[in-house]
This record gives sequence, C-alpha cells and structure tokens, in this order.
Amino acid sequence: MTVGLNAFLIVAGLLFAIGLLGVLIRKNTLVIYMSLELMLNAVNVALVAFSRYNGTMDGNLFVFFIITVAAAEVAVGLAIIVALFRKRQSVMVDNLNALSR
Amino acid sequence: MADILFYVFAAATLISALLMVLSPNAVNGAIFMIVSFVSTAALFVLLEAYFLAVIQILVYAGAVMVLFLFIIMLLDVERDDGNYLKDKLSLAASIAGFSLVAILIVSAFAGGQHLPETALLPVAENPVGEGAGLEFTTSAKSFGYSLFTKYMLPFQVTGFLLLAAMIGVIVVSKKHEGEVGK
Repeated sequence: MTVGLNAFLIVAGLLFAIGLLGVLIRKNTLVIYMSLELMLNAVNVALVAFSRYNGTMDGNLFVFFIITVAAAEVAVGLAIIVALFRKRQSVMVDNLNALSR
Repeated sequence: MADILFYVFAAATLISALLMVLSPNAVNGAIFMIVSFVSTAALFVLLEAYFLAVIQILVYAGAVMVLFLFIIMLLDVERDDGNYLKDKLSLAASIAGFSLVAILIVSAFAGGQHLPETALLPVAENPVGEGAGLEFTTSAKSFGYSLFTKYMLPFQVTGFLLLAAMIGVIVVSKKHEGEVGK
C-alpha cells in the first residue's frame, strides 16, 4: 500500500470535524451522543495509523482501551438519557433548560 | 489495489458520518453510523490491525449501535426539522470549529513544517525473539503480551471501570421510592 500516514490523519481529522459539527448543530441528545462516539472513532483511526507506521503496539493497545471505555460510557450515558426522558418526557436539548429558569 | 480500497473506505466512512450528522430521523442516523463504523473497521484491516477490526465490528457496530437503536426506538423521539443552522450561535460555532480543523490540516500537511511522510514498515505475523512482544505484529498474541506486561495496571483499572459502570447503570435506571406509579 502506497498510501501514507498523512492520508489516514486527514481522514481522522475530517471524521473528528464531522463529529464536532454534529455536537454543535443537532438538538437531539441521542444524535449528539452518537456524534461523540464518532469523535472517539476518529481518534482511534489516528492511533491505529500511528501505531502501524511506527511499528509499535502501543497505539493499538490505546485503541483497545478506548473501545472498552466507550462501551462503558455508552451504557451509562444511555441510562442517564432514559432517566432524563422519564422525568422530562423529552430528549431535545432546547427543552432541558431547568437550570436557567 | 489496497490504495483504491483505502480511498473507497475512507470516502464511505466520511460520507456516512456526514449523512448521520445531517439526517433528521435518528434511526436513519444510527444505520449510517453502523456503515461508518464498518468502513472504519475496513480501514483497520488496511492498517493490518485485524484484531481491532474484529473488536470494532463486534463492540461498536454490534453492541453499542444495537443499544443506541434500542433506546432511539424505545423513546420514540420526534424528527428534527432538518433546518439545523437557523440560530446564529450554532452557525457561528460550526464555522469556528471548521476553521480550526482547516488550520490544523493546513499547518500539519502543507507549508514548511509538515509531518514526515514515513514509509510502511514490514510487519511480522508473530512476535519473534526475546523482548519483541511490544512490536507491531498482526497476531492477537501481541495484544495479550502487552496487556499482561506493559499495560497491566490500565488493564486492571479498566476492569474496575466496567464494574463501576455496571453498578452505576443499575443505580441510575432503578425507580426511586417516590416515583412508583408516576
């Protein structure tokens, strides 16, 4: 494969930017949460690329830990969203402004 | 051949991620997200991280996205109107965020001080010799070796984190005494 490290890093940067865009413009908490996962995924791509082009295992191990932590984080976050929905009957961030009133 | 595959899967990852962010229906967004995760797994295969590609599909595209789809369908959230940039704040925030990324890409890959373009190192299938356990290989054996030597403490801490997350989820999703029947 003649594709270099920089191509993978550009893909990772763009993926991170798309995730950031999702967090910034969407109003649905679940979609914001999926965008956060997308940003974690972008970091994973960059780490695996660095690991492969550097010839060490450390980047791959970091990605392994990130995937584990992300799975735990998704479980806790979705439980919080469900509890929130049970209390407020909405997951739109526009309606979650109890602290500002 | 691998080059063409890289461009195909990179484009699939980015386009489906963008479609996820822009689709008004959250269920469609979750399906595009699965496509994006599977394409990312293909990128991992191109980088010869086969174990991580399998983990990516099992954990992310499997468990995590099934959980997301389940919650989206359970809560039956309303559609967005698709007009995301109607308030000035999110427009300004997205412009600011994208100019930061543009500055990053331009400064990292253009101009005098760009990153060096390294060549692909040859990769062994199995770790060979003493002390070679932390070198990049395509086998899952390297993962086991690293997890139980250099990364022993993070490994244990991650185990406790999973336990804490499990207990936390049970506590958060439990109905409290005053709420019964509401």
